This record gives sequence, structure tokens and C-alpha cells, in this order.
Amino acid sequence: MARNVLVVGELEGAEINSTTAELLGAASRLADGGAVSVTLLGSGAAEAAAGGFRAGAGRAFVSADGAYDEFRADQWTAAVRAAVEQASADVVLMAQSSVGRDLGPRLAFGLDTAVGMDCIAVEDDGGTLKVTRPCYGGNANATYSFATSPAIATVRAKSQDPLPPQEGASGETVELPGSAGSRTEITGREMAVAEGLQLQDASIVVSGGRGLGGPEGFGVVEELAATIGVSRAAVGASRAACDLGWYPVSQQVGLTGKVVTPDLYIAIAISGASQHMAGCSGSKTIVAVNRDPEANIFKASRWGIVGDYKDVVPALIEALKE
Amino acid sequence: MHFVVCAKQIPDPETPPSAFRIDESTNSVVPAPGIAPVLSQFDAIAAEAALRIKEAAEEVKITVVSMGQESAQAAIKQVLAMGADEGLLLDDAAFLGGDSYTTARVLSTAVEKLGDVAAVFCGRPAGVWDMGRVGLGIAALLGWPAAIIAKDVQVTDGRLSATRVMADGFETVEMSLPAVVTVSNELGDPRYPKLQQIMRAARKTVTSWGAADLDLDPATVGESGSRLKLERLFIPEAGGEVELIDGESAQEQAAGLVAKLREAKIL
Ligand SMILES: Cc1cc2nc3c(=O)[nH]c(=O)nc-3n(C[C@H](O)[C@H](O)[C@H](O)COP(=O)(O)OP(=O)(O)OC[C@H]3O[C@@H](n4cnc5c(N)ncnc54)[C@H](O)[C@@H]3O)c2cc1C
Ligand SMILES: Nc1ncnc2c1ncn2[C@@H]1O[C@H](COP(=O)(O)O)[C@@H](O)[C@H]1O
Repeated sequence: MARNVLVVGELEGAEINSTTAELLGAASRLADGGAVSVTLLGSGAAEAAAGGFRAGAGRAFVSADGAYDEFRADQWTAAVRAAVEQASADVVLMAQSSVGRDLGPRLAFGLDTAVGMDCIAVEDDGGTLKVTRPCYGGNANATYSFATSPAIATVRAKSQDPLPPQEGASGETVELPGSAGSRTEITGREMAVAEGLQLQDASIVVSGGRGLGGPEGFGVVEELAATIGVSRAAVGASRAACDLGWYPVSQQVGLTGKVVTPDLYIAIAISGASQHMAGCSGSKTIVAVNRDPEANIFKASRWGIVGDYKDVVPALIEALKE
Repeated sequence: MHFVVCAKQIPDPETPPSAFRIDESTNSVVPAPGIAPVLSQFDAIAAEAALRIKEAAEEVKITVVSMGQESAQAAIKQVLAMGADEGLLLDDAAFLGGDSYTTARVLSTAVEKLGDVAAVFCGRPAGVWDMGRVGLGIAALLGWPAAIIAKDVQVTDGRLSATRVMADGFETVEMSLPAVVTVSNELGDPRYPKLQQIMRAARKTVTSWGAADLDLDPATVGESGSRLKLERLFIPEAGGEVELIDGESAQEQAAGLVAKLREAKIL
């Protein structure tokens, strides 16, 4: 069944970010002859449209109003709503990001329809759109259909494949109105990110948990990451470790932290609670070090070492240096 | 000033995965034997946020509201013991089987009926459906501004200020009252009630409203009002078998693992 699919894009400067390209890939697969369009909001929007077309959009709804550079929920919701109406969208896809988390429900309630949050699959099932998402803290998955239109879904990063870039592709650009008023005012902002490689960008993530016994334990974990290479490996932590103040909250992996999908995830002294796994189960390969052979983390791992991290991690560092 | 704290009772999220069961014929979770449902941890933190404001300002009244069945009284009593003033249970067979839309509809109608509410405090995604939509839904249905995932909430001079946890740091936003805020664990641990407070809360009567009290057409709430239709609930398949690396010493194990990773071209 042909559907018009609208993707809510997010920008990195004057380009669409990688998740937007993934969503456009999903949109192209779902459209089935319908139109694929993208909204692009912020200073770089006009330039980014070309990237949107290469990634699969036929139409870009843009506003280069700098007021959209920072996500303000009321303004973004109004702009996206205008695009939904102009595109006659049957399906709206956006990332499960700081933007999507906030925008998805607002848009859905405003349009009197429903949103599925943090979806890992968005599929056509014999003409019906179905979304699948983890629930019960990662213990179960739920598949939903929609009773109302448009169907809105926020989609987990790296769960969808982008199309191969369509070089030379072009499309139609439609101007959206500049930003409307906002009932909320941003009065402060504080950056709190680890220096260097970001958790979500790292191809290898080494995480530590409560079993490290204290903040010193993270010293060894950081050394392991540094031995692998500062340009490849970043350090994460379980919520238990963050709640204890052993490691910054910005590095927490899991349901209430960050979702990472590296090539390799090394879990050290982490039990593997479902809420933690919700943040790392999309990793290509998981390796665990834990002194308890029954730890849940081993169930999700490809390889494991049963032992005390105090012995195993220094040995790993030595072995890597060879 | 009158605050509402939304409190949801959920299956204990600390239930070990081995005790977690689903009845696929009814698409529902089979309660784990011997593990009682609990107040969503984030709602206790939302209550903490409201109570901190109550302590700092004069004349704040806090009503804790839960949509649920009789057992949800326990969640309400827990927030009463923490220091909330009134409890309200929204209990009706018509409310069963709903989605976040119908939940937000019932809760926002109750807030309207209470009349003088200045702010609604919700938790983050509650550990059941993990959606995090209800707070924003209440705000949308009432036409109020909202801020989500706050680690600090202040209310002064008719305005609410919330410091939000973002992917790359924190952002403080301000809005005028009435407003909705959803609170995250970074706010800090919820207070632990004293025995005396628990006993006082146990004696307190909790008001109960059904669909008729709220003037809600039963067809617009619960399963019949839902927009998201649950087609299937299932336990995802675990990955393949783990290979535990043997060895006489940690050195041998470590060397074995590094060899495997290099062989697989992962390192
Ligand atoms: C709603 C909700 C949301 C949540 N969100 C998150 C989230 O986003 N991220 C998250 O991580 N958690 C989250 N949690 C918490 C989660 O349920 C677990 O409590 C947490 O992940 C446990 O952290 P841990 O594995 O570090 O600690 P523990 O469960 O205490 O595990 C420690 C592990 O270390 C091992 N160990 C101990 N000593 C050693 C040693 N010397 N050498 C080797 N191994 C050792 C132990 O065998 C054990 O397996 C959430 C919980 C709830 C209810
Ligand atoms: N049945 C309910 N009763 C009271 N509050 C609820 C209910 N369902 C959700 N909420 C509130 O909304 C928050 C988010 O829930 P959810 O959107 O279901 O993840 C919860 O933490 C509660 O504060």
C-alpha cells in the first residue's frame, strides 16, 4: 500500500546526520510508491537538503531560521506539524534522540494520533504498518499497529539501514514558515561531555560496573580503552556505577542512559541487567569479564572470561601490547 | 499552590530475567510469584522533587494520583508516607487495557476536576511500556507547557524552571504555571519515610473516582479508546552461545581472548 512518509531530519552543521539517512532508508522501504519527504530545520537546512535527496527524499520541507538551531519543543512541533499536513503524511519517522523523545509525543497528541517510542523495527505487514519496540526494561518486545493516522514512530539509531547514496539525486524544496512563539524559554546550558571520542561514535566501548568496587576500578578500565586506542575506544558505565558517583552520568549505558551499537562492547564487572542490555544489545560483538559464571551478561556475550577483573584486565592490557 | 504527583504501580523492574514470563495467548506478563508490584522508581523521584519545593515554599499541597486497580493503593500510600497530603485513585473497569493516550486522558481529566492544580509531576518512562508519553500527553490535553527529564525543578513567582538532562549536558528551561514536568533519577534518591509517617499514611483515606465521576465516556478510555494496538508481546531470542575462554591463569585467558578477537578481525 502506497504511503506518504515524512522523516524529521536532524542536522550536523549543514548536513543531515547519520540517523536521518537511516530513517530515509526506512522511509523509502515503507513508502511503496508513496512520497518520501524530510523536514530540515535550522541554519544549515537549505544546504542539507541535497544530502536529504541523496539519502532518498523526494521533497524537503526546510526552514533556515536560526531559531530552530536549538530544539525548542513548541517551535519544532509547529513546524513539523505544518510539514505533516502539507505532505499528507501517513507515517512520520524521527530519531529516538533528545529531539524525538520530546517531539514525538507532542506531535502525536497534537494531531490526535499515536506514537510508538524507541522502535527497533518499522515494517509493512501485509499492508499494515507495524512497529516493534523493547519494553519491560528490555525483558520483552512489543509489536503494535496504529488505530489512527498518521502513524508516528521514534526509531532507535542504527536499527535501520540507509540507502546507498543516490548521487545526483534532486528533489523539490518547500519553505516552511519561520519559527513561531515558544511557551518555554531556555535560560541556561551546561555542556557535560567526556573529552575526545564520544560514546556513540566509538567503534569499541569498554564499560565498567559496580563490581569494579570503586572509582579506582575505572582507572584500569580507562587504561584498557587507551591501550586499544583513544581514537577507537570509549569508556562507558552501568547505572549502578554512575549512581554511586564512580563515573560521570554522561557515560551511562542503558535504558536511562545512552544506547550504543559499537562493533565490540566489553562489559567488565557488569551483571547484565535487562535495563543495561537495552543500551548495548545492538552491539555487533559483546565480550564480558565477570567473576560469576552465572552472570546474565554471559547470555548475551560471544566470548567471556570468568575471573576477577583485577587480574583479567591488566592481563588483557599486556596481551594487547604484544 | 496545589501540585499533583502521578504515581504508577508496575511489576518490580528488578525481577530477574529468569523469572520473567509472558502469556503469549493474552499478550500479557505473568506476575512473578512472590514478587509484589512496586511504585515506579521515577515516580518516587517525581514526588521527591515536589516535596523539596513544598519544604522550601509555604502552602504547597500535594495530591498523589494513580490510575490503577485497588492494589495501586500501595503506591499511593508510599507517596503519602513520603509527605504528600492527599491520595486519589482512578479506578474503573473501563480504564483497563488502555494505552498512553487513554491514560493521559484519564489523568488530565482528573487534574481538571481537581481544579486549582499549578503543576503536575510525572516520572520518566515507567519500566512497563517504557514509553515516556504520559506526562507530555497530560500537558498536551490540558494545553500546558512541559519539560521532560528534569534533574532539578524550581517553582517561584508563578514560573517553573527545570534543568533537563540532555545527551551532551544540561539545559535549563523556564515556563509559566500551570505546567507539567517529568523527573529523572539524576535528581537524587527519594526520601525514605519514617515508620511514624508510614503508619499515618496507612490510616489516611484515599479518594476513588471512576469514569462517571470524571464524566468520561467509557468508549473513549481503556482498550476501546486506545490508538496503539498491541499485536504481540514476546521475549526476544537471546544471541548465540557464549564461549568462555579457559586457561591456567588470567594471563592465559586474556591471551586467548585477544587471539580470538584478532582472528575475528574485531581488534
Ligand atoms: C527503570 C530502570 C532503569 C534502569 N536504567 C539503567 C541503565 O540505563 N543502565 C544501567 O546500567 N542500569 C540501569 N538500571 C539498573 C539495572 O537494573 C541494574 O541495577 C544495574 O545495571 C546493575 O549495574 P551493575 O551490573 O554494574 O551492578 P551489579 O548488578 O551489582 O553487578 C556487578 C557485577 O560485577 C561482578 N563482579 C563483582 N566483583 C567482581 C570482580 N572483582 N571481578 C569481576 N566481576 C566482578 C558481579 O558478579 C556482578 O555480576 C535501571 C533500573 C531500572 C529499574
Ligand atoms: N496509570 C498511571 N497512573 C498514574 N500515573 C501514571 C500512570 N501511567 C503513567 N503515569 C505517569 O507517567 C509516567 C510515565 O509513564 P509511561 O508514559 O507509561 O512510561 C509515570 O512515571 C507516571 O508518572
